[in-house]
Amino acid sequence: MANHIVKLHVFKRFERLWHWSQMVLIFTLIFTGFRVHGMHEWIHFDTAVMLHTWAALILLLIWAFATFWLFTTGEWRHYMPTAKNFIQVARYYALGIFHGEHHPYIKTYRRKHNPLQALTYLLVKIVIFPAIWISGIAYLLISFGFKDLISGLGIDCTACIATVHTFAAIAIVMFVIAHVYLLTTGHSFIDHIKPMVTGYDDVELSDEELAYLRADEPNRIAEKIN
Amino acid sequence: MNTCPRCPKHFCFIFLLLLFSFGTVASENKIEMGISEYAKTDENHPLKQPLKLKSKSTTDHSQLKELQQPFANGPEVTKACLQCHNKAGDQFRHNKHWTWNYQHPKTGQHLGKAVLINNFCTNALGNEGICAQCHAGYNMTDSHFDFDNHENMDCLVCHESTGTYYKTPTTTGDTACSVMFKGKPPIDWTKVAQSVTLPSRNNCGHCHFYGGAGDNVKHGDLSSVLFNPPKTVDVHMSADGENYSCVTCHVGEAHEWAGSRYQMTLSETMPKAGMPRETSTCVSCHSATPHPLTRIKGIKLNSHTAKVACETCHIPTIARGGVATKVAWDWRTMGRLKNGEGFKLEGYTQGNGEHRHTYKSIKGTFVYGENVQPVYGWFDGTMHYTTIDTKFDPKQPVKINSFSGSYDNPDAKIYPFKEMNTVQPYDKGNNTLVYMHLWGEDENALWGNYSFDKAIKAGMAKNNIPYSGEWDFIETYSYWPINHMVAPKEEALACEQCHTKNGRISQLTGFYLPARGDNKWLDLIGLFAVIGTLGGVLGHGTLRIIATRRRKTNG
Repeated sequence: MANHIVKLHVFKRFERLWHWSQMVLIFTLIFTGFRVHGMHEWIHFDTAVMLHTWAALILLLIWAFATFWLFTTGEWRHYMPTAKNFIQVARYYALGIFHGEHHPYIKTYRRKHNPLQALTYLLVKIVIFPAIWISGIAYLLISFGFKDLISGLGIDCTACIATVHTFAAIAIVMFVIAHVYLLTTGHSFIDHIKPMVTGYDDVELSDEELAYLRADEPNRIAEKIN
Repeated sequence: MNTCPRCPKHFCFIFLLLLFSFGTVASENKIEMGISEYAKTDENHPLKQPLKLKSKSTTDHSQLKELQQPFANGPEVTKACLQCHNKAGDQFRHNKHWTWNYQHPKTGQHLGKAVLINNFCTNALGNEGICAQCHAGYNMTDSHFDFDNHENMDCLVCHESTGTYYKTPTTTGDTACSVMFKGKPPIDWTKVAQSVTLPSRNNCGHCHFYGGAGDNVKHGDLSSVLFNPPKTVDVHMSADGENYSCVTCHVGEAHEWAGSRYQMTLSETMPKAGMPRETSTCVSCHSATPHPLTRIKGIKLNSHTAKVACETCHIPTIARGGVATKVAWDWRTMGRLKNGEGFKLEGYTQGNGEHRHTYKSIKGTFVYGENVQPVYGWFDGTMHYTTIDTKFDPKQPVKINSFSGSYDNPDAKIYPFKEMNTVQPYDKGNNTLVYMHLWGEDENALWGNYSFDKAIKAGMAKNNIPYSGEWDFIETYSYWPINHMVAPKEEALACEQCHTKNGRISQLTGFYLPARGDNKWLDLIGLFAVIGTLGGVLGHGTLRIIATRRRKTNG
């Protein structure tokens, strides 16, 4: 089975829009959120609250669309954890990278994330984001005068909700730092950003996949590299 | 050579300037001999603010035949009033302005002017001769006053509208004091009787703005500025705002009206249109959700109202508009004399240019404040008082009144108070406050004789209070709930006045206050986690750079 490296359209327009709007909104939420927490006082408290609330509401909406998109298009499969190549990727970041080795992973048709990346994104999606959303929505409901609704659920501790929210936010900051840093590994920073802008990235395709794409989705192939 | 001859002129000018400025400084600390201080009540009260509307009353009292007669004194006028208003006497019989007594419904404490001790002039009991100037009655000369004699009720002080009515002390006091009430024009009883109408701020204000024997001395949020305030001082009372009189909010029926500092109403539901209103809270008119629901900020602010009183944000400071309030009083310096005579020192010039006394021989030393930031506390509406029979620990400052409340109490809100700090005498043997005999023609009266020893002994004895015979000074605090001087909404507190480290309410505990930095552990863990991650990637990156260089040099 010969493998072909093909410049393929992997990140759909929605996905790219989702990613970059999410980036802008998450940076806004981090900046305003830590203002509300009292870490800095670079903007007025009420401005921070207003921006934080609006950014959260918009991100919620985008997330509703994204969840729908992930499940209806089957894209969710990309996030399922896999052991295949996991050790190699981990070994690469721990050792190989210092010896000038190439990244052991090339995107495949069914896997646009490397296994370490997929696991990280999955954890972000099922642990950190739910933590921030559940605590955030609870906090928002309290703020909007539905405190009884929250205490009705047996939670009568705004400070606890805020603590969960802040912990999740700290985890997101850690994720963002690692995420941005990892863009500097591999070929170059730009090479990592480009696919999320243009949508095209080098993907390893089998004969069958290539044949299928040529027949059914020819528009997705930009050029065949080898 | 040309400039030199001008030097003496310059010198003269500078000298004059120095002299002038020295003169200004000296006049700010001007010494006034004598102890007369009631100039404000001595003069005719000019009508400070004209009545906004013509009376809509169905009765023109100037036409009534009962009032077309010469009256010799107040009780004669009252007698005429009660002929027609034949329920008024029974109604007013129970009013605090008349009884000076209050039985607290929750604490059971016996309160009221008649018995309480404050940390200003201390006690009215036994000093009625001077204090009863602000009693809505006639002839209260001592504590044995007949409250069932309705003819001694003073209808005019609340209802007359000429501005020429005044009240004087009911007894003369010490000879040094008595001179101050001479030479006033007599009251034209018929004219004032015919002028009666609903109380205006000219009526309420002449006592309530001057509580504590001076403009804005006690409350901080009730001053003569409110006779005609700019909108920035009070949106409700300004002619450019709502131009409300006091009774617009302090509604009443049967000579009882809303608003009590002893038992305050903090939470209530806004009455529906047409329903009677019995309280005078902000919510009575504005509802508990007054901020616009069309904006995030409005929704967010509305979720504050369950825990934060409207006054907390909407009265950013007190004693605004140019009239100061007394914030501290030290009785220890009482009794200093010049050539054997009492004196006063004008040491403070307030915003409106008037001078205030910072020392009086009869009272001691005072500190004034303007645009004062209130203190804040959790308050459930119930005030507890240190009364004459309350024993306290003299190692701690005494709270003349204190309030209870916490975040967990659904009735409590964060509320603003004016804090008054005083050093005053107490009974050292019994650890109680004392009643002092301030006013009188005898040798024991403090005002004129300047002896705490005698004044306390006499004050305690005449009110049958056990006294150990030993007294000393103790520091006291009192707290005055703030409700007036509501600023325009643009001047309400910004969020970060509280939502910050060391903000206005940092000392209040038991709840989560964003931006205060409550959770130090969380912040520390967060800091380590983020610095750890940064360090991790920086370390990883540095190693990569070093490894790459090595590979390059190694070829």
